[in-house]
Amino acid sequence: MAGRGYMSFSVEAVGIGKGDNLPPSILQPTPLYPPLEHQPVPLVTGEEAEYMLALKQEFRGAMKTLPFYVRPAVPKRDVERYSDKYQNSEPSDNTIEWSPDWKRLPKELRIRTRTHLNDNTSLSVQTTLVPKPSKKTCLDKEEIIRKLEPLEKKEEEVTSDEEGEKKPEEVVQDEEDEYDEEEFEEETDYIMSYFDNGEEFGGDSDDNMDEAIY
Amino acid sequence: MTAQEVRLCGLLLQEHFGDVVEKIGTHLLRSGAQNLRTIANETNTPLDLVKKSLCVLVQHGACEFGSGRRGPGSPVEYRADSERVLRILRYPRYIYTAKTLYGDTGELIVEEVLQRGHMTLSNTVKTVADRLTHNMEEGRNMEYSEVSSTFSKLVETHFLQRCPPVAEMGAAPPTTTPATHGAPASVAPPTAESNPDCYKLPPVKLIGCGKRRHSGDDTEDQRGGKKAKMDSESCGDEGIYWQVNFERFHQHFRDQAIISAVSSKLDQTSSEIVRTMLRMSEVTTTPSAAYTQPLSANEIFRSLPPNYSISRPILDQYLTLLVDDPMEFVGKSGDSGGGMYVVNLHRALANLARATLESVVQERFGSRSARIFRLLLRKRHLEQKQVEDFAMIPAKEAKDMLYTLLSENLVQLQEIPKTPDHAPSRTFYLYTVNQLPTARLLLQRCYKTVANLIERRLHETKENKRLLEKSQRIEAILASLQASEAEPEQLTEVEDMITAPERQQLEALRRHINKLDCAENQVDETVFLLESYIFSTRTK
Repeated sequence: MAGRGYMSFSVEAVGIGKGDNLPPSILQPTPLYPPLEHQPVPLVTGEEAEYMLALKQEFRGAMKTLPFYVRPAVPKRDVERYSDKYQNSEPSDNTIEWSPDWKRLPKELRIRTRTHLNDNTSLSVQTTLVPKPSKKTCLDKEEIIRKLEPLEKKEEEVTSDEEGEKKPEEVVQDEEDEYDEEEFEEETDYIMSYFDNGEEFGGDSDDNMDEAIY
Repeated sequence: MTAQEVRLCGLLLQEHFGDVVEKIGTHLLRSGAQNLRTIANETNTPLDLVKKSLCVLVQHGACEFGSGRRGPGSPVEYRADSERVLRILRYPRYIYTAKTLYGDTGELIVEEVLQRGHMTLSNTVKTVADRLTHNMEEGRNMEYSEVSSTFSKLVETHFLQRCPPVAEMGAAPPTTTPATHGAPASVAPPTAESNPDCYKLPPVKLIGCGKRRHSGDDTEDQRGGKKAKMDSESCGDEGIYWQVNFERFHQHFRDQAIISAVSSKLDQTSSEIVRTMLRMSEVTTTPSAAYTQPLSANEIFRSLPPNYSISRPILDQYLTLLVDDPMEFVGKSGDSGGGMYVVNLHRALANLARATLESVVQERFGSRSARIFRLLLRKRHLEQKQVEDFAMIPAKEAKDMLYTLLSENLVQLQEIPKTPDHAPSRTFYLYTVNQLPTARLLLQRCYKTVANLIERRLHETKENKRLLEKSQRIEAILASLQASEAEPEQLTEVEDMITAPERQQLEALRRHINKLDCAENQVDETVFLLESYIFSTRTK
């Protein structure tokens, strides 16, 4: 289609008269952010909009704490460390943290549930996961300790105050997790911050460098 | 499944369920039905993670499973449902509607069921009672019976429904149907509506009240509460799961849209009349019906709300006005009983969609282009010359606007040949607008818009991650200090750890994120209108 020479149809039909200057032909893709001729209408504001906004953000936050938010297992570090036993930050295996109704799911999807829950259902389906021996002893211990629960509760009230700082950041619905941590507290003589490996240290004091750090 | 839909679904899954579920979900959306091994191989994820993600997706109704293509012997295949994932965008609206209709209890029930996908009656009642008790003042508790009654109200009005029974597969030979619920064997997953017990409440009596959860100290109540959760108490409704009935909510939104359209076009009284008509036809009309059941003017008169006391002749006048209105919301279908009137649902939706399209063109291209667009919608096919004449716009500008609209694909060019050889000099070129394809185009644009909004929000959050983490840490420290009653100097000292410019940055960030979230909610309203319109044309 060369220029405006001979064309197979009369251009008047489409509305281009003789001598009109057409816009220049474009030889590149349109710009990523073309200039806006008309400003968009401002957003709807009001009580309803604000309430729905709050609902939306709360919902999102709540979903992040539920067990449906699947986090991939953290790969094991090179050497097993003593603190690993008392500081389980990320799930290190792929058990499922909630128990769905297995009757509604195909058999092949069945995996081990993380058995803090006093599940009486027997896990008859063998999975490819070989349970770690340390975890097994942990689970046995948990059951024994659960029986001694009433007595320990009184002792744990004292130690739980030290955990005040960590409480707001903890997962709310996982009372079992909280319980485990307190149970771990009982087993060691050190408070949980003993096992911090120094990665977070120094993060807070970036702002005032006048004080020397010892 | 368009690319924009898949992208938006991926972002929604990522925000609510994490990256792993997002990867599996988008893979399923792109490649259709697949079995477990193929998914694991093609996405390079360990099998356990795939199983976990599929459990999550099925729990929330975003994925269905059925026996494979080669018959009951082949491995189970999983299929993701993009429509269901896109509903996540509308969750705040569902929760807010439940609040306006059934108060805080209704709001929390719907929120819990949406968060967990599906739940049993007993579980829902206990969780909601606990949450409500937590928010009440000391000493007061929420009774289970109150929560149960709100739950049953929600079920009666069909906002909640039972989850469809799961068809057995694998074990049963193809000829016999599974024993339990009589659902068809491996033909299609049974829908909720096909179950006759869909809205029947299980005969359980829940007695008790919500337990208050104290943060930090373990009291007798909490121990009791924990014990209750740990025993597997069976309340008699095992296996009966309830999910939110989105169709019913959509019906409600559609009715609201029609009523507000009538109220803004005509007046408050007409909208009250239409509201009464819609309320009377709630139970008698199927969700995809084109018209409500005919109602006589006498019935409408009797059912008007008592504070709207208008006399009978005035009601008749209003009804005549509504019927004569070019919007055609209400139609007259007979003369018995003082006149039989129907609400034209599909036509109302089409008009609302048309108004949306016109408003989009107006805001994007100006009011004169909108005039041309409206003209073409009404007159169907027009030549270049006719457009200029009817729209009363000078030729050059009209041409310019038409070409802009043409390049955006909002207007199409139709050729009508005069001679069989389609010679261009002897062909009519007519401009035209087709409402349905244009609505589809706009819907895809809306999906793209929402996806862009979400991505921008994630980007903003990522950019300021360090600052956000710092502020969260400081808030945690402040909270613990206040709980242990520190002096004001300590509190101010901690507050000063965030410098003033950082505070400003945080404030600006919060404003941006709120704006982006609000925009998402608003675009979703347009998405709902267009989706309803397109769906209504599909079932015709």
